[in-house]
Amino acid sequence: MQATHHSARTADLCLIGGGLVGLATALGLQRHGLNVTILDEADVALRASRGNFGLVWVQGKGDTLPEYAQISRLSARLWSDLASRLREDTGIDVELQQRGGLYLSLTEQEVADREAMLLRMREAAGGDYPFERLDLQQVRDFIPEAGPEVAGATWCPEDGHVNPLKLMRALTEAFLKHGGQIANSGRVESITPLAQGFKIQTPEGEWQCQKVVLSAGLGNRTLAPMVGLDAPVFPNRGQVLIAERVRPFLHYPTGHVRQTGEGTIQVGDSKEDVGFDSGTTTEVMAQIADRATRMFPILRGLRMVRAWGALRIMTADGYPLYQASEQYPGAYLVTCHSGVTLGAFHAGPLADWIATDQTDLPLEVFNAQRF
Amino acid sequence: MPNASEFPRIETGAAEWVEVEVDGQPIQVRAGDSAAAAVLAAGLVPSRSTPVNNSPRAPYCMMGVCFECLLEIDGTENVQGCMTEVRPGMQIRRQQGARHAEPVTHEDRQS
Ligand SMILES: Cc1cc2nc3c(=O)[nH]c(=O)nc-3n(C[C@H](O)[C@H](O)[C@H](O)COP(=O)(O)OP(=O)(O)OC[C@H]3O[C@@H](n4cnc5c(N)ncnc54)[C@H](O)[C@@H]3O)c2cc1C
Ligand code: FES
Repeated sequence: MQATHHSARTADLCLIGGGLVGLATALGLQRHGLNVTILDEADVALRASRGNFGLVWVQGKGDTLPEYAQISRLSARLWSDLASRLREDTGIDVELQQRGGLYLSLTEQEVADREAMLLRMREAAGGDYPFERLDLQQVRDFIPEAGPEVAGATWCPEDGHVNPLKLMRALTEAFLKHGGQIANSGRVESITPLAQGFKIQTPEGEWQCQKVVLSAGLGNRTLAPMVGLDAPVFPNRGQVLIAERVRPFLHYPTGHVRQTGEGTIQVGDSKEDVGFDSGTTTEVMAQIADRATRMFPILRGLRMVRAWGALRIMTADGYPLYQASEQYPGAYLVTCHSGVTLGAFHAGPLADWIATDQTDLPLEVFNAQRF
Repeated sequence: MPNASEFPRIETGAAEWVEVEVDGQPIQVRAGDSAAAAVLAAGLVPSRSTPVNNSPRAPYCMMGVCFECLLEIDGTENVQGCMTEVRPGMQIRRQQGARHAEPVTHEDRQS
């Protein structure tokens, strides 16, 4: 017993943090034949991965950083391959749908501003950036239930969504099936760089590994300095409302309201700076419900069944942090706000970079020196 | 349609009989009964099917907790039958799968 336990405590590579970011990256690393362990906190942890909105979203992402637009679109293109691999490995259908998405607005001004932003992005992408501005009539071609207060929308054919909880489960099962280990060993206390590799101290004992990836979301802030990195991330709360399941009527995801494959209505998109408080407030829930029912009056008669708050992992510019430690080679920082969208990117090209220390991607723009 | 019920009624006194319809069939129930009790007493189970798998369900806790008793009552879907008292002429229907977002209408209810 003791011996098995002990030998289980070394790995080629340890990831600290087993949310969507850590799990997706871990799956990609396993494809390089690495023996991978994930060290994760207990169930009391803050977990954006269990509270998000499930969009695989392209439009508007990277409006001030073309490289971010590039990796978001790359991920969207890689997503169907990830979804089919997960289905083959685990039998779980993550309900990926990528037939396009709409961002509805209740004011003309907002539609105009979004169109201007997307036109700038199109220019930055050398003309290759598909989107359309829609008026209310055109919105109704996609969603007949759009209400009379809707001023218009922007439409992008590359947008989509998944079921984020099924995704968590599928990633976890696939990772375990490929021989990965998940240790719910509590909050990592220290990482010590050794002559060869790293030693990681947890409340449940020590682990040793050649490489270490920090994928601990908001926890990265305290972990990063232990390996010569900096992770200036902070929490930003989003509240989400869930309405009872109804027959399908919303056949495309929107920025504020979507319907899952099983009929559930999910409503969200609030942004609050409230520290580490992941609760809900009546005021914000009322605002969210008000906007959603103006966009889709048909929602008025539905019962709300749940609401929650969850904390986004934000940087000052909203863009990811991908960085290898120069001081302690073998340590990497991987964290971002849009971990659902970027899931296929993390499970592919990003993991390839960590495994091989080589990449054609412009990852240098995502290091923390920019702040 | 009404068939043998596992729920024989215990005589408790002199409540009036009230007529309601379940899926268009007239049923006699006692004033003060819940819609879920009416459905059970008439043996009309399963009284709903689930939205995701279409598996059969019937009223269970009878006290507003489990949501297994969802019915369509007077055109409103997903109503907790155990929390709804019968009224004369109440139109009760079994809840089949997910509700509709918009109010339902039944062409076949023209009488
Ligand atoms: C309301 C809301 C809506 C969102 N909607 C979308 C969306 O539609 N599309 C999209 O792409 N993204 C969305 N996101 C963002 C997305 O959810 C996150 O980017 C993603 O979940 C981040 O995953 P993560 O693994 O980095 O973080 P987390 O899920 O927070 O996981 C971090 C993990 O690290 C562990 N950990 C932390 N510190 C330590 C430590 N010291 N030791 C051990 N373990 C540690 C924690 O236990 C946790 O399990 C949304 C987020 C929110 C809050
Ligand atoms: S039977 Fe349980 S809620 Fe009605």
